[in-house]
Amino acid sequence: MKHTISVLVENEFGVLSRISGLFSGRGFNIESLSVAPTLEPNTSRMTIVTSGDDRILEQITKQLNKLISTIKVVDFTSKDFIARELALIKVSTEAETRAEALRIVDIFRAKVIDVTPRTYTIEITGAPGKINGILELLRPMGIKEVVRSGPVVIGRGAKGVTG
Amino acid sequence: MKLTGSQILLESLKCEGVDTVFGYPGGAVINIYDDLYDSSINHILTRHEQAAVHAADGYARCTGQVGVAIATSGPGATNTVTGIATAYMDSIPMVIITGQVPTPLIGNDAFQEADICGITRPCTKHNFLVKNIRDLAKTVKEAFYIARTGRPGPVLIDLPKDVQVDTLEFSYPATVDLRGYKPTYSGNFRQIEKAARMILEARRPVLYVGGGINLSAASAELLALAEQTRIPVATTLMAMSAFPQRHPLALGMLGMHGTFCANMSVTECDLLVAIGARFDDRVTGRIDSFAEKAKIIHVDIDPTSIKKNVAVDLPIVGDLKDVISKLKASLDQKEEALQSFKEELQEWQTKIATWRERHPMVYQPSDTVIKPQFVIEKLRELSNDDAIIATEVGQHQMWTAQFFSFSQPRTFLTSGGLGTMGFGLPAALGAQVAFPDRQVIDISGDGSFQMNSQELATLVQYQLPVKIVILNNNYLGMVRQWQQMFFDKRYSQTVMELPIDFVKLAEAYGAVGFNVTRVDEVETVIKKGFETPGPVLMNFQISREENVLPMVPAGKAIHEMVLAS
Ligand SMILES: Cc1ncc(C[n+]2csc(CCOP(=O)(O)OP(=O)(O)O)c2C)c(N)n1
Ligand SMILES: [Mg+2]
Repeated sequence: MKHTISVLVENEFGVLSRISGLFSGRGFNIESLSVAPTLEPNTSRMTIVTSGDDRILEQITKQLNKLISTIKVVDFTSKDFIARELALIKVSTEAETRAEALRIVDIFRAKVIDVTPRTYTIEITGAPGKINGILELLRPMGIKEVVRSGPVVIGRGAKGVTG
Repeated sequence: MKLTGSQILLESLKCEGVDTVFGYPGGAVINIYDDLYDSSINHILTRHEQAAVHAADGYARCTGQVGVAIATSGPGATNTVTGIATAYMDSIPMVIITGQVPTPLIGNDAFQEADICGITRPCTKHNFLVKNIRDLAKTVKEAFYIARTGRPGPVLIDLPKDVQVDTLEFSYPATVDLRGYKPTYSGNFRQIEKAARMILEARRPVLYVGGGINLSAASAELLALAEQTRIPVATTLMAMSAFPQRHPLALGMLGMHGTFCANMSVTECDLLVAIGARFDDRVTGRIDSFAEKAKIIHVDIDPTSIKKNVAVDLPIVGDLKDVISKLKASLDQKEEALQSFKEELQEWQTKIATWRERHPMVYQPSDTVIKPQFVIEKLRELSNDDAIIATEVGQHQMWTAQFFSFSQPRTFLTSGGLGTMGFGLPAALGAQVAFPDRQVIDISGDGSFQMNSQELATLVQYQLPVKIVILNNNYLGMVRQWQQMFFDKRYSQTVMELPIDFVKLAEAYGAVGFNVTRVDEVETVIKKGFETPGPVLMNFQISREENVLPMVPAGKAIHEMVLAS
């Protein structure tokens, strides 16, 4: 099963390789990983999408917690949370498909951010499923390039996750 | 007064109570060595950086204090890696200090540059690259704190040369505050109450104890719990000296080369209380049939150890000393239930006694050829009770575990997790430095001995009276045994074709050596070796194709043992 985990870490030398090394060294799987500083000093937040059965997930959480550089680990999977991902998509457009491409962009509330006579570059944010959806519809036109950020997540409700 | 970085390092070590370090100099630590020249810190020069780390490790294992090793950058640092990984696998508290090229050169493939932080990330509890002298004292403080608290482990500090030269006012921090590191020491009261009830309900309980008992210095508490409840105790390789092996409740070692009665007891038990042990594959054999009929209580300070390999009915996270004493106190309060529990235990004890009698730990004695087990028994008989025994890795290591009957905590130093040949001699060296007046013996194989035999020089230089016992079968015996049993006796690269004159080797270094080829010389040579001052090497030519039995073949359940006939 797929799990989305937030990890608050010390923003210090080598921390990313500690986390990624833990996953590779123990044979855990990383589907996506995004990281950026938070408002708290010297603190970064990683969002990791991984998969495994309950036993593996328990190990992943415990092993992450065991790292000295890890401040907090939250597995959002069984919680109510919002996930958002950014994707930039370069799609080929022929004269007869350009209108259709714009319609799709409109329906998904995406944006065209760069145009050439034969391509559109589209920006879209949303839950990963929504991004899969637009990619599915654009695919027949010919997708030249996709860049996805991997999801970041935040819990619903008033409470925040801090270090 | 301003101090240089290397002076700050040494002052910080003193603040941590360090009086002895093991190491090897080089360009990137030359400033540290210049300050060591007239420092009160005692430095032991080994002949290889790997040995310096093993020596610090042996020092730590027998004292419980943090061992310290120093090496230069590049090859000095990479030479420490096997030593660090060995300590990591056995959770030994250590701080390793490596020199590094100056910060402006890091990443430039400078002379003797190695990314030792990158290399050791998976085999240290934590590591640090100190880029600024302002962080130095704080880093040393944190390194020692991390190494000795929680589940202990090695911590590496990489110290660039320019930081060693830079100057700053020295002040040592009084406290450590690491937001991401707060080990749990106190066992949860409710969980411990539950454990007490589970114990009292059990009819066939077994205590399965590991190296954590040594690390937590909980041998006395363990003995008290065992005697209070009369529950038999199976020990892992790492815990052989943590529970007196001649005690009536001792089942001996369990696992691949464990006793019949330990393995049968674990297989048949209805409650397994695992304390400071980690269900290693050498212990469990085929995991799905390990303690199949039992509920499992698992006590460990490291939450990741719990439920890693087996499902657990009751986890307790905490320091073993704390948890065991609380458990005992809780059982004391349930006096009546405890009394009837002990009465009910009779049946289980009778059963265990029959297993013990049916297949005791035995070997075929001989008048014509020296049996390794016989040498071990004689060593036990002729050595002091508090003698410290180090081993290398192989058959001799298992025979020591099986036949030495350890009686005092922290007297058995062996590489369990990583199984590092070459560990024993430097570890014994470190132990002898820690305890100059105690007997220290390295029980070695002819193969392993050659992995760090250069340390004979260190022993002689510092007149460290380590007694080296080589059980010489002219084989990489443990591998040969596997080849005999599972590869049709195809002894591929395990025959040591060149017979080494170990006595001459010892003499070349200025140590004393004895060869022993006859059974009737065994006792006299051991006595003579023990009486001779300074380092002594005793080379016993043993029965060559002796096997370590019992043995659980890989992939089998632990009750499916090949037994000694
Ligand atoms: C550094 C290292 N290399 C290889 C091994 C694999 N190995 C395990 S036991 C063994 C043989 C050890 O031979 P010896 O020291 O003579 O001991 P014996 O088994 O003969 O008692 C080998 C090669 C190891 N454990 N460590
Ligand atoms: Mg051998």
